[in-house]
Amino acid sequence: MNDKYGVLSTGAYIPRRRLKRSVVHAANSWFAPNMRGLSSGEKSIANWDEDTITMAVDAGRDCLATYGDIDIDALSLSSTTLPYADRLNAGIVKEAMNLSNACAAIDATGSLRAGTSSLIQAFKSEETHLCLAADLRKTRPGSEGEMLQGEAGAAVLLGKGTPIATLRGSHSLTLDFVDHFRATQEDFDYHWEKRWVRDEGFLGFFKDGITEALKKFGVKAQDLDHVIIPLPGKGLPRGLDKALGIKAEALVNTQHMNVGFTGTAHPLLMLAATLEKAKPGETILLTSFGQGADILLLETTAAIAKNEPKVGFQGHLKTRSEDENYMRYLFHRGLLDMDKGMRAEYDEKQPGTALFRDRKAVLGLIGGKCDKTGTVQFPKTDISVSQNDRAINTQEDYPLSNKRAKITTYTADSLAYSPDPPTYYGMIDFEGGGRMISEFSDVTEDDVEVGREMRMVFRIKAQDEQRKFTKYFWKATPVRTSDD
Amino acid sequence: MARGIKDKVAILGMGCARFGERWDKDADGLMVEAFEEALIDAKIDSSQIDAAWLGVGFDAQNIGPSGIPASIALRLPNIGVTKVENYCASGTESFRGAVYAVASGAADIALAMGVEKLKDTGYGGLPVRTRGTRWDMMGASGSAPGNFAQLASAYRAKHGVDPADLKRAMAHVSVKSHDNGAKNPKAHMRKIIDIDKVINAPMIAEPLGLFDCCGVSDGAACAIVTTPEIARALGKEGLVTVKALQLATSNGWEMQGKGWDGSYMHTTRIAAKKAYAEAGISDPESEISLTEVHDCFSITELVTMEDLFISKDGEAWKDVLNGKFDSDGKIPCQIDGGLKCFGHPIGASGLRMIYENYLQLLGRAGERQRKEPPSLCLSHNLGGMPFQNVSSIAIVGLG
Repeated sequence: MNDKYGVLSTGAYIPRRRLKRSVVHAANSWFAPNMRGLSSGEKSIANWDEDTITMAVDAGRDCLATYGDIDIDALSLSSTTLPYADRLNAGIVKEAMNLSNACAAIDATGSLRAGTSSLIQAFKSEETHLCLAADLRKTRPGSEGEMLQGEAGAAVLLGKGTPIATLRGSHSLTLDFVDHFRATQEDFDYHWEKRWVRDEGFLGFFKDGITEALKKFGVKAQDLDHVIIPLPGKGLPRGLDKALGIKAEALVNTQHMNVGFTGTAHPLLMLAATLEKAKPGETILLTSFGQGADILLLETTAAIAKNEPKVGFQGHLKTRSEDENYMRYLFHRGLLDMDKGMRAEYDEKQPGTALFRDRKAVLGLIGGKCDKTGTVQFPKTDISVSQNDRAINTQEDYPLSNKRAKITTYTADSLAYSPDPPTYYGMIDFEGGGRMISEFSDVTEDDVEVGREMRMVFRIKAQDEQRKFTKYFWKATPVRTSDD
Repeated sequence: MARGIKDKVAILGMGCARFGERWDKDADGLMVEAFEEALIDAKIDSSQIDAAWLGVGFDAQNIGPSGIPASIALRLPNIGVTKVENYCASGTESFRGAVYAVASGAADIALAMGVEKLKDTGYGGLPVRTRGTRWDMMGASGSAPGNFAQLASAYRAKHGVDPADLKRAMAHVSVKSHDNGAKNPKAHMRKIIDIDKVINAPMIAEPLGLFDCCGVSDGAACAIVTTPEIARALGKEGLVTVKALQLATSNGWEMQGKGWDGSYMHTTRIAAKKAYAEAGISDPESEISLTEVHDCFSITELVTMEDLFISKDGEAWKDVLNGKFDSDGKIPCQIDGGLKCFGHPIGASGLRMIYENYLQLLGRAGERQRKEPPSLCLSHNLGGMPFQNVSSIAIVGLG
């Protein structure tokens, strides 16, 4: 262990469902025939029980999977789609990830480059910083955004130790260039003409900014090993690579065909993807665009060769479920007013007092372990569940979120209201003890059977529609091959 | 062991409203219907009642808090009316209160009333409601059929039963109850159905289809209880006495501890053992004449046969298919149609079960009367979910 500061680990999260663009176009071509050119490939879409926060938690957990109990000094969550305007979104992530109370946390927003801006700030701080970014941007049916955008989360852990990459330099510029905007409390972006954005934006100040940055860093464009230019769409705006002078093979595939442009998450997601396959001593130019630009130059270290396997970008990319249900997608985005029935009228009000009291159990999935009998249980109680020894106040915190579990009982419930019926749930038993009745997420009929191995994910339990409060909790999801 | 309740309390009279979708009646009207029948049967005046218990499962869609609604509806003589709630076992809970009052000597004559008005919700199935602040934050958002359906998944895995075989056995449970319910003028569902209809019905919660689920009904049932001595003094002909009355409540072991496999009801086994000991029953399979069990779902009835020790573990599904629990079988179950067809107005169900056992013992069950005279009849009233519940057992007999 040395004390060099840099990227210690990266993480990714791409929702399992991949909506085929062809089904979107098939539904909307009567209205928007001009989208035909964008109708190939697929985009990642979050399930109804996911949002920016849950995707950030997934990416963060993926990032820390190889780091275990590292003390995080600061946590940032970058997004333009933070669920709360006034409640620290990163604070919810902190509870879900069971980070120490002595952890600074900040939400960064306002631009799609918020993730790289946070990363630059973190590099400057030299603290152990978990930099998370995620976005779940709503798009109007028939819009270009609907075709181009995907949903994902990404994570970068910075700290002292044995980094896999270090920062050689960073450069930022800020201009109030309104290629698109979304007013507070509005659902959808408003875009200005593409040709103007290309000429004045991408080929204008963005290109100039990158050129200026390279000069500042003292590197030549043609010497760069990996160049990340995360913009929406297939390939770069015409002529940008030539104008910059970068090698064609250095250009990182921005995964338009498989994932789509994931907004604030995209630069960090592409960084994670690049670091998963980069070799020691390579340079990575990470850029991002939004009311100016951020440009970072990173260099991989020898440690990258020993970068331990995790699900990561490649794992998530492969763990996919092809989705042709455009109507369900619209409903999950609140764009289709399905008749939910009277059962959905149930008032989901969650007492703030109880949530704070039980936050470790509810948001962190922390159970208890009896220090007399060793019995593990969820949730903790004053008197241990153990039949043979009625021990009082003996339970110590026992985190269950990273434990694997097996299905003991299950059903697929078509009666209870769910935005994605039927509701799958059942009793699961954790390895090492403890059990709970858990909802299952991202499952189909073929995924559930007694004995099936599951892992836990942080998800939306329900929405309090009256007060606009999201209830989060943990659900079980099948362990799939690429999770191992 | 405590001295128990055996032979200390007699049933003076019982009443039961017609169950079903009673668009015409509110909870008050349903209670009156049951109560007037019970008063006539008991041959007493309501002023002779010393204390009353009221069992109700759901509040919000019902009559509101406290014992006041029953006191007003029945115009009780300003006696103590205690409202009790123990999930779907609330009916037996109200019976327990009245029986204990009489056994203690605190009351000479006591009333147990159970009522539920479910059909003011606007939709089928049970109302969606809170299960407590903590559960609402961390429990699965499931329905009653979903919670009970899980019994089937665990039962299949534990005993290696083919899903199709278990589905067929579950279907037999429902077909049998429809046969029985058709003969019951007070039952909610009175149509005979065949096994194919059950198996091919829309899925509610895998593997429970529509006909694996009991009726959601409006209804009321009640019992007037006293001591055997007072009953005789009042000229009661044919004395049905309480032989055992036991309640077992989960303490969280099934849901939080180690060892429960999800295929049976832990509490029912505990309550059954205690009830048999209290009643002096050593071989339930040969001594119990009839059972009325909590067949909220077909799978619940099936596993309950094992939990009551009248089927061997892993054998109930075969016993069901062999007709052991049919109306002409060895130990008929739900001879009145059960929750499945008589209906399940939550707070009334436990008392409705005792009502049927009482009628069968007195030979007053009409077309559905068991030919062989019953001697000991058991009712099993369950509240909650398989992994966390209250299970009550009442055994009544002649003399």
